[in-house]
Amino acid sequence: MPTTQRPIAPRSPRPVTFTLNGRPATFTVDPTVTLLDLLRERAGLPGTKKGCDRGQCGACTVLVNGRRTLSCLTLALALGGDEVVTVEGLADDGRLHAVQRAFIEHDAFQCGYCTPGQIMSAVAILAEGRARTDDEIREAMSGNICRCGAYPNIVAAIAAVRDAG
Amino acid sequence: MRAFDFVAADSASAARTLVREVPGARFYAGGTTLVDLMKADVEQPARVVDISRLPLTAIERRGEVVRIGALARNSDAAYDPLIAGNFPAVAQALLSGASGQIRNAATIGGNLLQRTRCTYFRETRWRCNKREPGSGCDALDGFNRGHAVLGTSEACIATYPGDLAVALVALDAHVVIEGEQGERTVALVDFYRLPGDRPDRETALEFGELITAVELRIEPLHARSSYLKVRDRASYEFALVSVACALRTDGDRIAEARLALGGVATVPWRASAAEGALTGAAAGEAAYRTAAEAALEGARTRPHNAFKVELARRAIVRALRTTAGRGAA
Repeated sequence: MPTTQRPIAPRSPRPVTFTLNGRPATFTVDPTVTLLDLLRERAGLPGTKKGCDRGQCGACTVLVNGRRTLSCLTLALALGGDEVVTVEGLADDGRLHAVQRAFIEHDAFQCGYCTPGQIMSAVAILAEGRARTDDEIREAMSGNICRCGAYPNIVAAIAAVRDAG
Repeated sequence: MRAFDFVAADSASAARTLVREVPGARFYAGGTTLVDLMKADVEQPARVVDISRLPLTAIERRGEVVRIGALARNSDAAYDPLIAGNFPAVAQALLSGASGQIRNAATIGGNLLQRTRCTYFRETRWRCNKREPGSGCDALDGFNRGHAVLGTSEACIATYPGDLAVALVALDAHVVIEGEQGERTVALVDFYRLPGDRPDRETALEFGELITAVELRIEPLHARSSYLKVRDRASYEFALVSVACALRTDGDRIAEARLALGGVATVPWRASAAEGALTGAAAGEAAYRTAAEAALEGARTRPHNAFKVELARRAIVRALRTTAGRGAA
């Protein structure tokens, strides 16, 4: 689209308030800032990973109001009042979440770069009850790409958490 | 991403006003297409109007019509009993699209406006008549394995990429649009425009108009529908070919048939000729093959996508066979 169609001067940064890992948080951000960049560069939470930055790899998966969402495609200013949970918010008083422990026990990663996104997706699909069979886990986890190919152990880790009830 | 102005709207009419104030402004709902294309510099809106909080999320039955609010999330619609029970093809299409994360963000209205995945459209170094009218089309002689064989023009062979709209077109869905003159309802099959010489004009939506709902009619035929998607990997991939169909039989005869194709056309493709071939015919392989031939009549292939014609024929036969078996009346 030609630049003649851009007559409005962009507004200055503005504040957005939401709940981040259980605590209220306010950031003043430019409209171009995604939730992913806010987490990594402003909130000091680099656990959420930037893989493709285009909604194709799942490394940036976080929970927004309990639902797994791609933080790279979410504009931060659209988050007012929402509840955001990142991988840093899963542990309870220093004790790892059951899914985190299962990933360690089942060796469900190699390089680890996709792991926070895998774990956030796994937490969500277990909560939704969409991990009833291995095939269902594979289908539900298809939005999280692992270049190391740790898929069999990821499925095993999720199934183990499911079976432990 | 280029700088832009971000404004949240507190009503549909306020949102439309905010968009109309700035040429090229865009509505923001799920963001899954818009933010992606803004990062690619394909979309360059000077203003983005947030409509994601508007109360347009309900999925409700009104008499024999199911109305899906335009801001219902794809995942919510897919699992809603009104959709899954009455329109299985729609639920299956929704669940076959994208990933769980994206379905949680994508909205029904936004999904109808999903842009093509044509590489030459998505990367600004190539010529593309859809992105820049009159500039040319590098897909015609490029790597066009994913491109359309139906509804193409010399200006554009970009494939309509979505799943939902294919199922909706098969089941005669309507889209409700709010504009300056109030509300209007358009049959979804008429909502999409063939590329012709203006591939940049993809739908009947005018600038500043807002989709507020999609409507589907509850009918026995629609409950006997299904969606088949054929792709390069088992999940999280766009269709090479997809088939939405519905069949109602009367004894051994096909009383009513609906058929639409995705992945092979420039728009969600209603295969009316194939429906005509099926209606009144004896249910079975012979009728399905005839219908498949009719559906692909007039297909125009490019060097890399000729395989889609036979793939589509076989997918149609399989989809009809499966649907007939599943939906025996």
